[in-house]
Amino acid sequence: MPLHLICCAKQVPDPETPAASFRIDPAAKKVVPAPGIAPVISPFDEQAVEVALRIKDKRPDTKVTIVSLGGASARDVVKHGLAMGADEGILLEDPTFENVDAFQTAYVLSLAVKKVGQFDAIFCGRQAADFDQGQVAIGLAELLGIPALINGQSADFITDNRVTFERVLPDGIGVFEANTPVLTSYSQEVGQPRYPTLRNIMTAARKEISVWKAADLGVNGAAFAPKTRLVDLYVPTYEGACEIIEADSPAEAGEKLALKLREAKII
Amino acid sequence: MAGEKGILIGGELPSSGGRPGMTLELLSIGRKLADELNEELSVLLLGNGVNDAEGQELIAHGADKVYIINDPLLATYHPDTFATATEKALREIKPNIFLMGRSEIGQDVAPMVGFRLRTGVAMDCLDLQIDAASKKLMMIRPVYGGNARAHFVCTDVAPQMATVRPKTQDPAPRQEGRIGTVQHLSAALDASVKRSEWVAYNKWESAGGVTLPNAEIVISGGRGIGSAEAYKDTIEVCAGVVGGAAGASKACCDAGYAPPGLQVGLTGQRVSPKLYVAVAISGASQHIAGMGTSKNIVAINKDPDANIFKVSRYGIVADYKQVMPAFIKKCRELVGKSE
Ligand SMILES: Cc1cc2nc3c(=O)[nH]c(=O)nc-3n(C[C@H](O)[C@H](O)[C@H](O)COP(=O)(O)OP(=O)(O)OC[C@H]3O[C@@H](n4cnc5c(N)ncnc54)[C@H](O)[C@@H]3O)c2cc1C
Repeated sequence: MPLHLICCAKQVPDPETPAASFRIDPAAKKVVPAPGIAPVISPFDEQAVEVALRIKDKRPDTKVTIVSLGGASARDVVKHGLAMGADEGILLEDPTFENVDAFQTAYVLSLAVKKVGQFDAIFCGRQAADFDQGQVAIGLAELLGIPALINGQSADFITDNRVTFERVLPDGIGVFEANTPVLTSYSQEVGQPRYPTLRNIMTAARKEISVWKAADLGVNGAAFAPKTRLVDLYVPTYEGACEIIEADSPAEAGEKLALKLREAKII
Repeated sequence: MAGEKGILIGGELPSSGGRPGMTLELLSIGRKLADELNEELSVLLLGNGVNDAEGQELIAHGADKVYIINDPLLATYHPDTFATATEKALREIKPNIFLMGRSEIGQDVAPMVGFRLRTGVAMDCLDLQIDAASKKLMMIRPVYGGNARAHFVCTDVAPQMATVRPKTQDPAPRQEGRIGTVQHLSAALDASVKRSEWVAYNKWESAGGVTLPNAEIVISGGRGIGSAEAYKDTIEVCAGVVGGAAGASKACCDAGYAPPGLQVGLTGQRVSPKLYVAVAISGASQHIAGMGTSKNIVAINKDPDANIFKVSRYGIVADYKQVMPAFIKKCRELVGKSE
């Protein structure tokens, strides 16, 4: 049986935006897009797509579907996934999907996955580069009643029904196995995702992206209720000015630093 | 939601794979919240063969009550068994607030349990407060790679759940004479809850005895270090001299100067040592996310405008190659000498 892999990807403000151009509108509790810096696919989600495509490289009959929940601009994320080599794209777009929390996101994604139907594994990033929660992947697995293997660097199918997965732990790599269907999430240890080839960009441009609204998914009002609310968003200020150690030479500054740290009983 | 009371902490025991020190850090912030709400503070311990004395020890550190679940399936950590046992306990204890560490365990279990109970969770909080007006738990956490900070509250759901970033809270001190109760619960776990198997654990070699998560001193190198040799000769040697651990920025690991696993930051290790020395690190928000809570930060960078100086207590603006040999030499002299 050909495999079917579903990748979930989110659009975020470019996380490499220099700190100096990072702005917040405190009243709206939103990030003000930095001028001239386009939003991107969340880097860990892109790495998740990469892992799915590495499996497809080995088993070319594998079907990879990319799903993104977001505003109209999230279409670019779906297109990016298609240009990397995914086969099908789905955009979950609805006015009620704006400002959703982790629970709501996972809930809508779970409905989308159910609507897609048969699949073998789901691929997510370990956390989105905007809210950095690391909840949606696990939550999606919980709502679907399937196991979640998180923070991975690689995955592969041992048989059609069983995956092996390498989780990045603080002091090494844990190797896990689970039966499908399974959800997996990925971290930067995956390495550089592939660049879309010109051919894939052309093919992707011709592909139709399905757009599913709340009504198409059967979103249920009560089940869709948020569990958390954002009450404040601001840029933190760091107190305490830095004391620059002046000396006649860098070497002397180094010695002075050691003495200061010793005096303050830090070393 | 009605009737939920008390603050419950998901304790971690190193014997079953937990993070050392995490429970005491949770107890200190938990105690603060419990006193403010005038509610009870309890701890849930999962393991196999956890005894009452271990519970009493946590009472001495600020808990009013300790719940213990012993089960052969909880002998070593597994997300499914721990989540199922935790979920059961929460349905029985019905706390108002449930806190875990944002450790390897909390990263799995908190969202699993939160979704099962259909409640709200805020991950990786730096601080927790009680909102004066609503008496709700205010969960304060970094977002946008540390560029911004967000305050969250739960909607009308219970328990209000948060995971706390390791090393952001001082461990709760031991106090003689505190009294409390230890109660045993049963999880009656079935092996069928386990849906994945941990088949191998390939640990990285660590250079010295001191590992990043528990180091009191961390010396880190950035992309500006320039080569793996320079990393060894400067960062690792310096860490050795001061009895600390060596760390690195993502760029430094990606370039292959430092071994993987030594990355500090949002997606690397979170450290909060007494001293953090950032050598040739620019101070991107994602790096600061992993070390910004260190007690003393020192930056050595040739760029006077580098962002790292904003969070530092001491700084040297110079080429590290001219600073570090003298710094290391002086440290060797000073550390060699007793007080
Ligand atoms: C989603 C996401 C997650 C991330 N997670 C992390 C993370 O966990 N940890 C992390 O560190 N980064 C992380 N990053 C990357 C982060 O944004 C930065 O790219 C990275 O921290 C930069 O590393 P650096 O400071 O070593 O390199 P650079 O930014 O290139 O800085 C090098 C510095 O060295 C100085 N320098 C150069 N030569 C010398 C010399 N001879 N003497 C003195 N100073 C010198 C320069 O002035 C400069 O300030 C993440 C990024 C993203 C998008």
